[in-house]
This record gives sequence, C-alpha cells and structure tokens, in this order.
Amino acid sequence: MKADIRPLVAVVSARYRTLLQYRAAAFAGFATQLFWGAIRLMILAAFFAAATEPQPMNLTQVVAYVWLGQALLGMLPWNVDADFRAQVRDGTVAYDLLRPLDLYSYWFGRTLAFRVAAPTLRGIPMVLFSMALLPLVGLGDWALTPPASAVAFAGFVAALVVAAMLATAVTLLAHISLLWTISGIGMDRILTVLVTIFSGLVVPLPLFPDWLQPFLNWQPFRGLADVPYRIYSGNIPPAEIAAELFFILVWTVALVVMGRLILLRGVRRMVVQGG
Amino acid sequence: MNAAALLLRYLAISLRGQLQYRASFLMAALGNLLNCLIELAGIWVLFDRFGNLSGWSFAEVAFFCGAVNATYAIGELMATGFDQFGTLYVKTGDFDRLLLRPRSTVLQLAGHELSLRRLGRLLPGLVIVVVAWGALDLPVEADRFALLAFAMAGGVAFFFALMVLQATMCFWTTESLELMNILTYGGVETASYPLPIYHRLFRRFFTFVVPLACIGYFPIVAVLGVDDPLGTSRMFQVAAPLAGFAFLGVAIGVWQLGVRRYTSTGS
Repeated sequence: MKADIRPLVAVVSARYRTLLQYRAAAFAGFATQLFWGAIRLMILAAFFAAATEPQPMNLTQVVAYVWLGQALLGMLPWNVDADFRAQVRDGTVAYDLLRPLDLYSYWFGRTLAFRVAAPTLRGIPMVLFSMALLPLVGLGDWALTPPASAVAFAGFVAALVVAAMLATAVTLLAHISLLWTISGIGMDRILTVLVTIFSGLVVPLPLFPDWLQPFLNWQPFRGLADVPYRIYSGNIPPAEIAAELFFILVWTVALVVMGRLILLRGVRRMVVQGG
Repeated sequence: MNAAALLLRYLAISLRGQLQYRASFLMAALGNLLNCLIELAGIWVLFDRFGNLSGWSFAEVAFFCGAVNATYAIGELMATGFDQFGTLYVKTGDFDRLLLRPRSTVLQLAGHELSLRRLGRLLPGLVIVVVAWGALDLPVEADRFALLAFAMAGGVAFFFALMVLQATMCFWTTESLELMNILTYGGVETASYPLPIYHRLFRRFFTFVVPLACIGYFPIVAVLGVDDPLGTSRMFQVAAPLAGFAFLGVAIGVWQLGVRRYTSTGS
C-alpha cells in the first residue's frame, strides 16, 4: 500500500513547487482579488444600508464571507489547469495513459496541487491584509473579523480540507470533459458558471430567496465556499459543523465515483491528436 | 488594398476558421451568455432580498448591467488580438513578423480574430437593455437611442483601449498579467451598479483616471432621464463618452512607445 502512495505524493509536491514559481502572476492575482473584494463589499453594504428588517446574515458575517472568498478563490473549481488543457490539445495526454499509475488518482494528485497552490500564495497575504491592515488605516468596519470561536476555527480548517477534495473532484470532471471537446473550451465554462453562482461567490447563499433555500442546501457546490465561510463566522453554529462536514464528504465521494466512470468511457473513445 | 478592406479580409478568414470548431464555439458562447445572466441573477437576488438600492430600482440597475455587458462584448470582440498578445506574439517572438509587414501593428492585431463567442455576452446584454427600457416605460425617442449608441461607441473605444494597454504591458513583462482584469472584468462588474454607491476614491478613479463612468453611468443617467444624485449636469452627462475616445488615443500613443522598446525573444 505504501509503495502505491509515494508516486502520488511526488506528483502533488512537484506540481505544487512548479506553480509557486509564478510570483508576478500571484501579485497580479492578489491585486485583482483585493479590488473584487472591495467592489463586492461596497455593493453589499449599499444594499444592507437600506435593510429595515433583520437578515439571515449580518453585515460582519457578510464581510468575512467576501474576504474569505477572495482569499481562497483559487481553491474554487472555477477554472481548469491550462497545462492540462494544452496536453489534451497537443496529444501529449497520451503519455499519462502509459504511466504505471491509476489514471484517476494521478490526475487527482496533480489537480489537488493545482487547487491548493494558488490559495497559499494569494490567500495568506489577503487574510493578513484584510484582518490586520484594514483596521490600521481606519477601515475597521470592512476588516475580516477573527473566527467566531475556537470551535468555529477548528471546524473551518476541517471544512477547508474536505472542500479542497470536493474542489479537486469537480475540477477533474471539467478536465475529463476536455477529452470530448478538442479545442479545450466549452464544457468547463458551463461548470465554471454553476460553481460561481452555487458556491456563494456571486451572492452569499443565505441571501438568496427563502423559497430557493431547500434546493441550495442540497447542491454540492455550497460545500466549496458557503459552508466553510459560514462556519468561520459562526453563521453555522458549532452544533451543526459535524453534519456539514459529512455532507461535503458524501458529495466528494459521489463526484469521485462519477468522475471515474466518465473517465473510463473517455479513455475508451479517446482519439489522440498526432503531430 | 486599403486598410478597411484588409481588416475585413482578415476578419472573414477568422470567422471561417472559428466555424470549423462549431461545437466548441457554441459551448463557449453559451458560457459567456450564462456569465452575463449570472450577473443579472446576482443583482436580482439582492433586490429580492433588500427591495431597493439607495433609491435605484431593479430595472434601472439591470439597464446599467445590460448596457455595460453589451459594450464590453463589442470591445472584446474587436480586440482579441491585443487580449492574447503576450502569449501569442511576444513570448513566441512572432511579433517580429508583424513588424516586417508594411501595415500598422494596430491594424494587424485588430484583424487577428473576430471572436464570435463574445456574441454570447452581447446578445443578452442588448436584450436586457431592451426589456429594461420597456419595464421603465422610457419614451422611444431618437435622441435617447442616439445618446445610448454614442455612450456604447465611447465604451467600445474605452474597452479596446484597455486591451491595447494590457498588450503594451507585455513589452515589459513578456507574459500577459491578469492585472488588467481589474479594469476589464472588474470594470464590467463596477459599471453594472450605479456610481454613487461606491466610495469617493473609487468614483474619482473611475471618472478621471480610467473613465469608466464616463461611458457607463453618466450618459445612462441621461438616457434614463433621472437626476444624478452626484449632481452632474445633463451637458456633462451627454458629452462624457468623449472621454472613451480620448482614452483610446492615449492608449495608442503608449502602444507606439512600447513598440519602439520591443526586443524580440528571438525564438
């Protein structure tokens, strides 16, 4: 068993180190996300300013939600690995079939590294900025508040770990879909759209209309962002954390099984591009 | 062949090329369409929850959102060559070939591709504007249409200029950086909401430094026929889109400086 895991660990760490090379891109990403965070906050705050009745989330919780969303944006499965796309397009993806590894696990490892590298580079400065720097320059109202409690923090960290797995499983579905559309754009964009809206990235899910809540509560994408961020801010009380973690885990397993089945079909009908 | 005919020839070739990948094009266009609708859905969700946005109605905000999306789509449609400049021309050294041809680089890059999938954002943007127009009971008058068309033309120039600036940065950085996304995608997001809700510094930045509000908020306030809470005059609102064309002029000037500085990667 041990021997089977080693190449996968190597894949994850090699990929992770490659991705950490792009520091200028990381800076650009940081600036971009800072801007997005500021715009989202101003829009949401303007709406809250007119609110007369109590809302399912208060503004402090929404502020934390937005900043965490910006810090961890890279973890969300809203894009595909450009290197992987290029591999499918030029046919070198065929080499992966030759490796003495389980294809799905190999790709899972690669994709996990892709999902986790960006947030470590961009997320940490974003958290420092929004938690420490904003209060110093007199924008304390817009700052990321500390976690609601120690339990909330522990639950948040645990949720992030399972959310990373879920994000990887979703990204892999997009990667596998590339085997069907040769030029490499299409299917993945539609997945992007679903992820963007149903993870809570556009508008925090509790602010959606009440009649939509039953549906929103059962779809998998909320495990990517909505659940971890609300655990952090205490909007999901500690008593419900365990059930929420289980929810994410079940969806992760379901999507992994689905991905494996689709991959099996994809490999069988794959036509490798020559040249 | 004159410049316009050459540009048309370039674009015709690009269209034929794209239609070879029909499934991919349709999916990408659908993706763009959904992106635009998501933005609208996000606005709708917030209005459903909160009722109003400091006095602005859903239809008014939808009008802003539709107009800026349609404008951006046209700009992006025409500037794909600049958008992908770093990856396609600088990193590979292929820009050398463009420089050797007896035509301006701006013309050649504008003719690089007429990216059809952008229609996925243009069409819903226009539909949203038309529906919002009806929902707001705005009179159907030629001068309102003319002002909207003028604002959109200025906006196309503005977004085209942003793509030119993004490409210009590649002369220094080789790879394109996503920094300009702040102003392109971020600009679309910003201009989807009325300007007064933003902080003073943001408002000044988007009026005087990067004149996004001059091609979005200000002229559209005049089209809607409402008073600007910021207190600008009608005269200013109507003339504001000129800033978009001026911005394009500056961008092309900066581009020429960049071209002079260009050294080939040599590969």
